[in-house]
Amino acid sequence: MRAGVPFALAGVLVSLSFGVLAREAGFPVVAAIVMSAIVFAGSAQFAAVAILASGGTAGAAVAAAALMNSRFLPMGVALAPSLPGGPLARALQGQTVVDASWAMAARRDGTFDRWLLFGATAPQYLTWLAGTAIGAFAGDALGDPRDLGLDAIYPAFFLALLLTELRDGRARAVAAAGAALALALVPVAPAGVPVLAASLAAFWGLRGRA
Amino acid sequence: MSTATVWLVIAGCAVVTFAIKAAGPVALGGRRLPDRFTGVVALLAPALLAALVVTSALADGEDLHVGADTAGVAVAGVALWRGASVLAGVALAAGVTAGLRALS
Repeated sequence: MRAGVPFALAGVLVSLSFGVLAREAGFPVVAAIVMSAIVFAGSAQFAAVAILASGGTAGAAVAAAALMNSRFLPMGVALAPSLPGGPLARALQGQTVVDASWAMAARRDGTFDRWLLFGATAPQYLTWLAGTAIGAFAGDALGDPRDLGLDAIYPAFFLALLLTELRDGRARAVAAAGAALALALVPVAPAGVPVLAASLAAFWGLRGRA
Repeated sequence: MSTATVWLVIAGCAVVTFAIKAAGPVALGGRRLPDRFTGVVALLAPALLAALVVTSALADGEDLHVGADTAGVAVAGVALWRGASVLAGVALAAGVTAGLRALS
């Protein structure tokens, strides 16, 4: 559990900014909180709300959320051999994957510590809900989220995670390649695709080892 | 935008997120992956996280631009690199971004 606490504390600020943005986009307070409770995927929630706020359709919002979450596909494939149980148990255990926990639970040999994964996710889930509630209820009093710099919180959070991953030269090279690939695709691909495509950098990185 | 649309989107997002997170664990069962693949897996996290950082700090829809938030994230990056806690890092990012916007 303790491993997830720093990210859970920072998650309060991230989800608070989500609550504020969702209210601004016209979400009822309870809708913002329910979304955090049953979707529990930051980038997907931000993407869906941003698309609705800019006048997009429900279909476009859900599609953007799916693309944002597509990075959980390779994460789930990676995690699969480390999970026991039948299909339902496996599906439910898979729900505990969030970026910070997944990255922390990954061992260097490619297997995963599933109890570290579950334990690290639990406090993050609670603070994700609490932050969303605070943001949704207090949003009007806080003013423009941009004036508070709330939009910088989310990338800074992922940067903190990334720095813990840059153990060696190969990881650093792969991170740089993934970032470059994603940036190159931003102007031409729908939101979410650039991040998914960055996973190709991992394959490139492994080739360099042979 | 109607309240019905909001709920439709929330339900849709919940279903696709559940399906995506369940897909890998269910489809693969408990089979072990080939060694080559586990090597790739170990490198997925830096690739995906780096992409998330740069796209969320630099992309605004389909445009790339450097703004106050980019500077805030960069300052936070230096602090985190030098050993600051995650909470301190994100608070610094928000503070620097808010400060720069207040000045401009």
